[in-house]
Amino acid sequence: MIRPVIPLVTAALLLGIAVYGVLRRRNAVLVLMSVELMLNAVNLILVTSDTLRRTLTGQAFSLFVIVIAAAEIGVGLALVLRLFRLRNTINVDEVSLDENPAN
Amino acid sequence: MTASDVMFVAVGLIAVGAALAVVLTEHLVRAGLWLVLALGAVAVEFLLLRAEFVAWVQVLIYVGAVVVLLLFAVMLTRAPIGPSGDLDRPPGPALLVGAGTGLGLAGLFVWVFAGKQFEPPPVGTAKALGNNIFDDWVLPFEVLSVLLLAALVGAIVLSKKEISS
Repeated sequence: MIRPVIPLVTAALLLGIAVYGVLRRRNAVLVLMSVELMLNAVNLILVTSDTLRRTLTGQAFSLFVIVIAAAEIGVGLALVLRLFRLRNTINVDEVSLDENPAN
Repeated sequence: MTASDVMFVAVGLIAVGAALAVVLTEHLVRAGLWLVLALGAVAVEFLLLRAEFVAWVQVLIYVGAVVVLLLFAVMLTRAPIGPSGDLDRPPGPALLVGAGTGLGLAGLFVWVFAGKQFEPPPVGTAKALGNNIFDDWVLPFEVLSVLLLAALVGAIVLSKKEISS
């Protein structure tokens, strides 16, 4: 017998920690690491939900989430490297949103 | 508490502890290495939940590819060796929102599922999962292949030095 409450609470705590990391961290690479943790927490909830309903749908969706995470990390890191080349820093607090991109 | 519950609690504690280390450490490279432990512990949880194929995909894609990409990014942005002092914002709002999200969701799950037990689900082998995806989820699968292609092209375009100038 499986108690689904244990992996579900683990996933909830992982999600909370990841939200904290995304909001607290200033370094763009660390923000992306926290986003990966967040996606993993969602995967854990999806896989655990299969235990409740005795299907494989949650696992199929967690595979989709893993693929989307791989695409996201590829584009995200390309953006971070581009930012580093332009500004010589990846501190997300120093990126102004209303700046002329030509400069 | 059965043996399986003890395993779930132990692996869950490892995952949560490693995740805490990821968001609290002052060393950029160590954050990446703690991430390996957190993602590996989640893979073990998948195995305990009998999601065999997803667990191995997690090890291959996350622990293998994603963490290596992140460490490459740490290296290419010339991260300092040793602790960096300026990685964090003031903790107040992040602590409030993070603790609210985590403890709120955890409380909700405990409220709904406390004491409930379920039969172990069917084992998620590659064969069973492949049948499930190609019976029911063919369209999302194909859309994802287009998404991956678009992400690939986008990443290449973004990381080119300068486009035609």
